[in-house]
Amino acid sequence: MELVIAISLGVLTSTGVYLILRARTFSVVLGLTLLSHGVNLFLFTMGRLTTGAPPLIGLTESHTDPLPQALVLTAIVISFAMTAFVVVLALKAAVELRSDHVDGEDPNEDRQ
Amino acid sequence: MNHLMIMPIVIPLITGAFLLLMYGYNIGRQRFLSVASTLLLVVFAIWAVMQAGVHDYTLYHLGDWQPPFGIVLVLDRLSAIMLLLTALLSLFCVLYASRGSDEAGSHFHALLQFQLMGINGAFLTGDLFNLFVFFEVLLIASYALLLHGGGRARSRAGLHYVIINLVGSALFLLALGILYGLTGTLNMADLAQVIANAPASDLPLLKAASLLLMVVFGIKAALLPLLFWLPRAYSAASAPVAALFAIMTKVGFYAMVRVFLVVFGLDQAAPANDTVMAWLWPMALITLTLGGIGVLGASSLRTLTAYMVIVSVGILLATLAMNNQHLLAASLFYLIHTTCMTAVFFLLADLIGRYREAGYDSFSIISPLAHRWLLGSLFLIAAVSMASLPPFSGFVSKAWILQTSSHLPGYLWLWATILGSGLLIITALSRTGSGWFWRPGERTLKVTPPLDRGRTATVALMIAISLALSLFAQPVMNYLEVAAELVYQPAGYVDAVLGDYIRHDGEVNSSEVNSSNVNSGEVTQ
Repeated sequence: MELVIAISLGVLTSTGVYLILRARTFSVVLGLTLLSHGVNLFLFTMGRLTTGAPPLIGLTESHTDPLPQALVLTAIVISFAMTAFVVVLALKAAVELRSDHVDGEDPNEDRQ
Repeated sequence: MNHLMIMPIVIPLITGAFLLLMYGYNIGRQRFLSVASTLLLVVFAIWAVMQAGVHDYTLYHLGDWQPPFGIVLVLDRLSAIMLLLTALLSLFCVLYASRGSDEAGSHFHALLQFQLMGINGAFLTGDLFNLFVFFEVLLIASYALLLHGGGRARSRAGLHYVIINLVGSALFLLALGILYGLTGTLNMADLAQVIANAPASDLPLLKAASLLLMVVFGIKAALLPLLFWLPRAYSAASAPVAALFAIMTKVGFYAMVRVFLVVFGLDQAAPANDTVMAWLWPMALITLTLGGIGVLGASSLRTLTAYMVIVSVGILLATLAMNNQHLLAASLFYLIHTTCMTAVFFLLADLIGRYREAGYDSFSIISPLAHRWLLGSLFLIAAVSMASLPPFSGFVSKAWILQTSSHLPGYLWLWATILGSGLLIITALSRTGSGWFWRPGERTLKVTPPLDRGRTATVALMIAISLALSLFAQPVMNYLEVAAELVYQPAGYVDAVLGDYIRHDGEVNSSEVNSSNVNSGEVTQ
């Protein structure tokens, strides 16, 4: 399971970073979503990976750490709100600047 | 437990939420509520400063959960000073905005209150994850405040600002994840203790986490490779918002002081913060130099002021990287001065721009100006203070920084960059003043608009604070000396927060803390 988690963390983060560097607002928003998803998964695994154990001490032999789950919940809510905000902002910027480049204008426009 | 302590967070929260609910209120009532709330904040901040002067650490346990299990708010001299500075600054910003800038968009006052809640919370909290949450609160309010008034320039600057801060939040969570995975706690005092006793095999990961945190706080504070969002964002924001943002970079500085000197600095023999300090030092110096060049190259007063913010960040972080107790006290004094003065300049740019016939605050356009004598004198006094000439607080603070750093290694670099950037600032400001007030000559406007007394008085009052700060420098300096001393005794912080776990009373007397300090010192020796 460690390998699967580690690979998916790596894939999420690297695709996220790649998309953020695309410099078009839509792919940046997608990249931010993937990156925050990867970060949430990372935070979640920081309580160590245990399966089939409740987050309560004493019921069974092993138990999971509930705190990272609470942290992830907070982080998910915040990143959800931020994504909603950045989507609206990207739309506003695209309408006002007439371009979906993050700088408001495409530096290579003349070359195309 | 003293419930007054949480008031700097609760008051703006309630006011902001109420203002959102009462959306239909006319602007007059909104202004009244907003001014009343910030006035209350000033009162509570003064209480906090006095309280922190008597008791070194005052604690507040949210939900009466004991640390390290619950979230704890910690009030010490450093956070008290920052609270007072924020409250005063926001009061002036609200007063200035109430003269009309708040009508450019909706919800200005509600957003400003939420922003204050986030800033005050970040200064008070003693829990690292809670710090993240308050950062998000202040950031999301600042995103909307930056866009206040709308327009192409703001959308463009806003997009950069939001995206880089979202990436910063992701990195913050990564760092928190690493720290929690290694130590199993997020309470700052508990973290400090665990990090100080960490096995050598954990050190590389701890240092990675501390460097990640440096990047995160570096984005907030505008450290060199991460500062390019700042000039555009600050010069695009409306004047009162930009003035309030003057404290935002200082939140990053505060977080660095708290995290790197207290959380990572408990083990004084082999502190875990040496990697961060080694990186911070050259980058802060280059930030400072770049800020000075930017000041000289700016094409409008707002951009110039934004670069002066970068200069101030460079000075603050360079002094932090020198890692000296007395120098920290001096840089805290400089922090108060520079926050007030950059805010004054953002407001002045707007004020003078209103009375120029054309060009607003642009340097390239020569245009006649109404109320030349009054605005010119205000600009001259503010420029003298900003350029750190006597008799204003800038002179006191820079002289103090130069004096205390004179026996530290590497002080020549600091002296050269501080004095060099000071020269560039003087040049740029005198060029601005002569271009605006002398070159139009006696050409007068066709119609002289009446002077806005409210706005002018607000700016004049803020400049008067700078003068007062230099007149009453001694008591402030004494207060800051002790504040810096407390920061450099992280054992006292840890003891006050965690020792309370056993003692169960909210306030820890300074005598008790001092005696326990001595004890722990003896044990380690």
